[in-house]
Amino acid sequence: MGFFLETLLGGLMAGVLYSLVALGFVLIFKASGVFNFAQGAMVLFAALSMARFSEWLPLWLGFENKVLANLLAFAISAAIMLAFAWLVERYVLRHLVNQEGVTLLMATLGITYFLDGFGQTVFGSAVYKIDVGMPKEPVFILDTVFEGGLLVNTEDLYAALVAAALVGLLMLFFQKTSTGRALRAVADDHQAAQSIGIPLDRMWVIVWFVAGITALVAGIIWGSKIGVQFSLTLVALKALPVIIIGGLTSVPGAIIGGLIIGVGEKLSEVYLGPALGGGIEIWFSYVLALFVLLVRPQGLFGEKIIDRV
Amino acid sequence: MIYRENGQFRTNYRDDKQIFPIAQDRWFVIAAVAFAFLVVPFLFDDYVLKAILVPFLILSLAAIGVNVLVGYCGQISLGSGAFMAVGAYMAYNMFVRFEGMPLIAALLLGGFFATVVGVVFGIPSLRVKGLYLAVATLAAQFFCDWAFSRIPWFTNNSTSGSVAVGGLEILGWSINTPLDKYFLCLGFLVVFALFTKNLVRGSVGRQWMAIRDMDVAAAVIGIRPVYAKLTAFAVSSFIIGVAGGLWGFIHLGAWEPLAFSIDRSFQLLFIVIIGGMGSILGSIFGAAFIVILPIFLNQFLPLLGGLVGLTISTEVISHSEFMIFGALIVWFLIAEPHGLAKLWGIGKQKLRLWPFPH
Repeated sequence: MGFFLETLLGGLMAGVLYSLVALGFVLIFKASGVFNFAQGAMVLFAALSMARFSEWLPLWLGFENKVLANLLAFAISAAIMLAFAWLVERYVLRHLVNQEGVTLLMATLGITYFLDGFGQTVFGSAVYKIDVGMPKEPVFILDTVFEGGLLVNTEDLYAALVAAALVGLLMLFFQKTSTGRALRAVADDHQAAQSIGIPLDRMWVIVWFVAGITALVAGIIWGSKIGVQFSLTLVALKALPVIIIGGLTSVPGAIIGGLIIGVGEKLSEVYLGPALGGGIEIWFSYVLALFVLLVRPQGLFGEKIIDRV
Repeated sequence: MIYRENGQFRTNYRDDKQIFPIAQDRWFVIAAVAFAFLVVPFLFDDYVLKAILVPFLILSLAAIGVNVLVGYCGQISLGSGAFMAVGAYMAYNMFVRFEGMPLIAALLLGGFFATVVGVVFGIPSLRVKGLYLAVATLAAQFFCDWAFSRIPWFTNNSTSGSVAVGGLEILGWSINTPLDKYFLCLGFLVVFALFTKNLVRGSVGRQWMAIRDMDVAAAVIGIRPVYAKLTAFAVSSFIIGVAGGLWGFIHLGAWEPLAFSIDRSFQLLFIVIIGGMGSILGSIFGAAFIVILPIFLNQFLPLLGGLVGLTISTEVISHSEFMIFGALIVWFLIAEPHGLAKLWGIGKQKLRLWPFPH
């Protein structure tokens, strides 16, 4: 029982991180109808920038304070993501308005290639570490309930807290600010939003920026867990079934889908893996998503797809 | 004036139903095939044949398969690499497990198994479409990657996980030199291109296009979406599977699952988008573009660096290749979202009026 719960908890923690990446996908898809394949590259790029600037800044400016270095690096990375959002809107999306979904998907694949190459040219391609002072040592919880208690990584726990805080902030931003309201209007109906004077292009910059920030946070958390390296982009591929299960247009769907995938992946690897030869996590989530699609084509929380002739 | 179809009257059904009803098209295709068979082998040396032309021909073939599904039937698929892998590995199994299996039969059987897998993974297309389907087809990709690296039966229990074939021959013609490989791949490409061209102008092809343009309306006028979508998946994955077999047998010779990773799927989709969706000729143009571009960048960047007095390290070159490739893709999508085939169409329109455009 204790082992099962440990696996479950581990899955939930991993799921929170998948949700973070999936959130970026959903935000952009809702606001601009673009299926943003570059989200994984954005995670890597943001994490690279964070890792390198927190290393470079103390050298350049000659101070020792780690917290200050991290804060400054975060600010600079956020600024870079803002610039990136603006460039993408100005030079890519603006010219591709009204194109088919698959063309836009291909364009974001182009952006992915560009960003991968650019990030590694500027920041280097070795494995870097991000140290934001997250505690690493595992702790036992609930040892009064079970014999031996449950082994939990404090790092994961903090990551989950940060993710929850970010989701809370996003909720506040979307529900309580006028920009958030405008974004929701754009997500509902582009034309109606435009006709009441919401500037679409500015909204796109904002939403790509917000997705960039979630990528940055996801990158920091993943990066401090497994190091900043090229394989971070694979995290994005794991986030795809998440949004399929949750629905492409639903923010709560991204979170719950992430948890389902995280738990399903860990449990299947532990309980089914030995029978099938191991390494099944990579496709298990996709097959799970496939079955969800067969029952509910729009995902668990997606808007119902209505066809009109 | 050059490309003028008036005056070409079709007076019987046979004329009306030919694959290329316009005389210029017919002559162009015949000339192009003759050029490829008779002139190209003498123009290039073995290196070009082996490193550029053979992959180009095989990728063109695979792209035609993808185009059937994506361009003609409108079902976006990111699992093409997986279907290539199925074709390659099953052809390999047929080839080594059955004594005296002819090469062509092994390749076609590989295509047959790819068809089966393609139809199975095509079933979700009956419920979902668009980007949801694109992600769903990734399931095929990851599942096949896993199956071919983890299940020893597929690789004939080879310990390293990679497989190799040797001693390829067709009716006494042993395929060793780059020239032999070129002819074999060209033969496959010509046959399958004509086969597909023939298919898409017929009843099945029209059903695919109706489904692509609006599936609900197509169902209303009596087209069965189940039949149309699954036939598209079947034909497409058969062609992709044969291309996969050629890629493994002829181009690589020895391969492991990494040769058919998700990057291959993206590459094929790029070829189709850049070449032009719903165009056979476009698939060939697109494949040429994708094959030549990295080679060109690889040669051109050090030269450019040399001009301004910089020596560029190989690492930077490989990263800049990524950057330039990505930027070019985006630029191309913006400049000509309908692909190279559209440029070809514009060219034909101009030739029709030339030299008196008004």
